Amino acid sequence: MLHMLPMMLRGALVTGEVTAGAIVVASVASSCAVAMRLSTLTALDWPARVYIELFRGTSALIQLFWAFYALPLVLPFRPSPIITAIVVLGLNGGAYGAEILRGAILSVPRGQHDAATALNFSATTKVFRVVLPQAWPLILPPMANLFIDMLKNSALAGLVQVTDITFNAQILQESTLRNAEVYGLALVIYFIMALVLAGFMRLLERRMKFPVGARI
Amino acid sequence: MMWNWSFAWHILPTILHGMVITIEATILGMLLALVLGLFWAGLLLLPNRWIFWSTRGITEFIRDTPLLIQLFFCYYVLPEIGITIPALLTGITVLGINYSAYTAEVYRAGLQNIPRGQWDAAKALNFTTWQTFTRIILPQAIPPIVPAMGNNLIAMFKDTPLLSTITVMEMLDRAMIIGDKTFRYLEPLTMVGILFLIISLMASALIGFTQRKILVRR
Repeated sequence: MLHMLPMMLRGALVTGEVTAGAIVVASVASSCAVAMRLSTLTALDWPARVYIELFRGTSALIQLFWAFYALPLVLPFRPSPIITAIVVLGLNGGAYGAEILRGAILSVPRGQHDAATALNFSATTKVFRVVLPQAWPLILPPMANLFIDMLKNSALAGLVQVTDITFNAQILQESTLRNAEVYGLALVIYFIMALVLAGFMRLLERRMKFPVGARI
Repeated sequence: MMWNWSFAWHILPTILHGMVITIEATILGMLLALVLGLFWAGLLLLPNRWIFWSTRGITEFIRDTPLLIQLFFCYYVLPEIGITIPALLTGITVLGINYSAYTAEVYRAGLQNIPRGQWDAAKALNFTTWQTFTRIILPQAIPPIVPAMGNNLIAMFKDTPLLSTITVMEMLDRAMIIGDKTFRYLEPLTMVGILFLIISLMASALIGFTQRKILVRR
């Protein structure tokens, strides 16, 4: 089993890359989508709504296969597998993230928005100094779950030629036929990665716990 | 490459045939998840520390590892230990076990919402633990968690395409077979996506409806 480890760890590095990339894409996508969702302009609200429903209503694997097999037939170029995987998994996570952000922002009392307006705060000040600091404690725990889901979803990238843990495990399985060892090892590596990510998110949560009036 | 309607019509029956298997897998998988999840939740209620922590460990491991690898593991390893079952059954079992880890949490939340006094009162009335659980606690704990279970059902429905990786001929698998044969992936994959979208939108509307019903009744 030991000789499998280097190849699996190389896969783990790619899995980490895909997950990290997807988390960045998801963060940007969900921020944009939630800003559009909360705007009073229907022309902005609707595209965001369609994006969220489209990605939440279909399966991540179908989205990935669609982008990998069907989209290049329409596009003038073919993006590399890892880029396809990062963008698709990121957009998928972003749709779920947008709903998390929306719920948290809407749960900040209306009066806080009004008070910021009454104090003549600019829109950016209002969002970053008044609303978000109060929404963070509500955002982080479900975001942590989402990021772990995205780590697990990154295994799908192995099905579209991205050389991650899943892909390398399949190759090892075919060449060695030691099924239990290969996939058992893959499960353990994913589990450890999830624990590390969860630990990191918990650390972040603790630091963000008292964003308002932190200096006691 | 443009969309070809006559080709799309031509392959629709094949894909709808796959949808039957998709729905079959979802319903059977969910039934297993509901039963097994309740079993985990019950174990977590027992006052034994060893049972508690091993149950926690199992469900945590299931929830922190990808469903895809769990599928591969069972698909390749079960025959090695002498269990040869059809791929669909393997898929349903793995889906059910995977989601039982999530339904267990939902059950737990529902059970924790039942005041301690209900257990005490049942004890005072000389009910056995089993009677208390099945007659007093569960009937109160189940209705509020129906929407959360519904969300799990939709999530599982959206995970069934993974079964295509272990040769289950559900919707996605059929779409890919058509694509590999004809080199036209656009129509089959888009159609599968739209079918998924329609069903999950309808299902979430239904869940929203039951949620409002439950809120009104309280």
